[in-house]
Amino acid sequence: MPHPMLPLAITAFTATTALGPGLQAQSDGLAASCSGLRRNDFSHTPLDTWIGRVDGLEDMPLPADAAVWECRNNRLAWLAMNQDGFAQAAREAARRHGSERVAVVMGTSTASIGATEQAYRTLVGGDSFPRDLQRRDVHQPNSLTGFVQAVLGLQGPALTIATACSSSAKVFAAAERLIRLGVVDAAVVGGVDTLCESVLFGFNSLELVSSEPCRPFDVTRGGISIGEAGGFALLERRELAPGAPRLAGYGESSDAHHMSTPHPEGLGAELALRDALARAGLDASEVDYINLHGTASQKNDEVEAALVARSFRAQTRASSTKGFTGHTLGAAGIVEAAYALLAIRDGFIPGNLNANQPDPACGPQMAWHNERQPVRVALSNSFGFGGNNACLAFVAGERA
Amino acid sequence: MQGVGLWAPAVATWSDFKPWLDGALDDAEPGKPRADVLPANERRRAPDSVLLAAAAAGQAVAASGLDPATLVSVFSSAHGDQAITDYMCATLAESPAELSPTRFHNSVHNAPAGYWTIATVCHAACSAISAGDASFGAGLLEAAAQAVADDRPVLLATFDTKGYGPLLSMTQVTLPFGAALVLSPSRTPRSVARLGLATAPITSVSRPRDDRLHAWSTVNPSAAGLPLFEALAHGSGIDVALAASAGMALHVRGETLT
Repeated sequence: MPHPMLPLAITAFTATTALGPGLQAQSDGLAASCSGLRRNDFSHTPLDTWIGRVDGLEDMPLPADAAVWECRNNRLAWLAMNQDGFAQAAREAARRHGSERVAVVMGTSTASIGATEQAYRTLVGGDSFPRDLQRRDVHQPNSLTGFVQAVLGLQGPALTIATACSSSAKVFAAAERLIRLGVVDAAVVGGVDTLCESVLFGFNSLELVSSEPCRPFDVTRGGISIGEAGGFALLERRELAPGAPRLAGYGESSDAHHMSTPHPEGLGAELALRDALARAGLDASEVDYINLHGTASQKNDEVEAALVARSFRAQTRASSTKGFTGHTLGAAGIVEAAYALLAIRDGFIPGNLNANQPDPACGPQMAWHNERQPVRVALSNSFGFGGNNACLAFVAGERA
Repeated sequence: MQGVGLWAPAVATWSDFKPWLDGALDDAEPGKPRADVLPANERRRAPDSVLLAAAAAGQAVAASGLDPATLVSVFSSAHGDQAITDYMCATLAESPAELSPTRFHNSVHNAPAGYWTIATVCHAACSAISAGDASFGAGLLEAAAQAVADDRPVLLATFDTKGYGPLLSMTQVTLPFGAALVLSPSRTPRSVARLGLATAPITSVSRPRDDRLHAWSTVNPSAAGLPLFEALAHGSGIDVALAASAGMALHVRGETLT
């Protein structure tokens, strides 16, 4: 087990999802128990499913000096970073610490593959990318991180973590190590994934896509709804902002079981949870809220329900918010980290939407409806293909 | 550093690398990377990226004498599996409903990482990263940071497969290359080199002295680490600068120990 770590301050954070841009839209949507899902109106070939789509990206070009990065995924990154004063906070951190002392660690599963798909749909002469898509930097997994680093004017270490649906949870771990070792003084972390044919038809080919809005932890759940989202957090040493909420710990693990099915006993998920609690110096009994991975896939929810039921006291509250946003894949980690931070900030537990018939495997911890209570410790689970698991632990800052 | 692995079309193992560099060994016969770590049935159907990463990683871990089940790992690649990306984009353009489920789950950037942890029954933290042309340097920094921060050995595997189809005009990767290192937080009887890492704003990066290696490094982002492997092979002092991001260099200084 790892040693406890020094917590880091989260001096700014934001999220943009199908519920709308920025934290207020998230809070409002969650409080209203109002799903952001809609019938699939995105894919070029019809596919009977529901999606979490962010409105208006088609009409939001990037600033002219960033046009080389143009694609749907970077548009969503741009929209998301300009909510809640995040981009300004990141630029101020660069002024405070030096632009080379601020790392960028972004998570994504497919980055701007949508632009590559578009090039393949519109090949010139059967084998050449059309001229406006001949931009090397967007046809690679690092497109998002390259864009974020460039538009924020940052010059420190930068990397993309692409471990499918745990990607933007693991960014917190990589950033914490760089800050702890003194390589940098601050880190912009986050994740963005956008709707694209690869994931819609890919998850469809695995028969994991639901033909109705996803119903996490419902006994008759029928699979996932895919969503798009973006979010960011700024990490700095806690002395700079004693009142800010904190990253207290994180856990990372591997199932070593199967590429696209979780370990049947949730072995990897449990290792990540134990690891996160150990780093945070917390006992499971101190956890107030858990934002679950809860995708509404048959297997994930079965395994995760059992893990929660056996690991936490009955008073701990737990819910999946995928019924609001859809499964935002590589962005799920940062979006649900933001929801955990909102739970701490507002003392608000979002109810697990769309579970009309709760799965009997679920324990008394499940919050089926919205609840209000103080939250000091909140966890967020993220599990990905390849058996890649991450768990994040956040705690409230010091009271003034 | 306590284990090295390498695979290129002309040189299939790290142990062949020095004699090949010295001109004592001819180019290898064309063939697939030898990924003994994978079970035979997985090996037969594994995508290029999985074979390449597992071949290099398997050599490094065998040389380290460590149990792969205990190793934290970082898999770094600028482009992931380009044959699969080409297949996915071509199929989605023509007949999306016919997309292969196996190819889809193999398309995730962490497919080599996933197959590695399954084959070695490893429950430790495992990451898959990309940093464009700086993927090798960023991967080395991430792996070294984990080794030092958590005081445990870490496997770094870095690889880029050959480009296919229309995508090749963007990635311009015409030669597959993979390499791997096992990094340990302190010196052990198996250590082959001592490395010190420091970041600094980027001014210039090292290029391999050998012309053949230089040619590889111009057509494969993962081969940007070759100046380090060249120094290791020569058994000389190590002093190389690698790109770790668009603005940041990673200076690697140290000495070989054998």
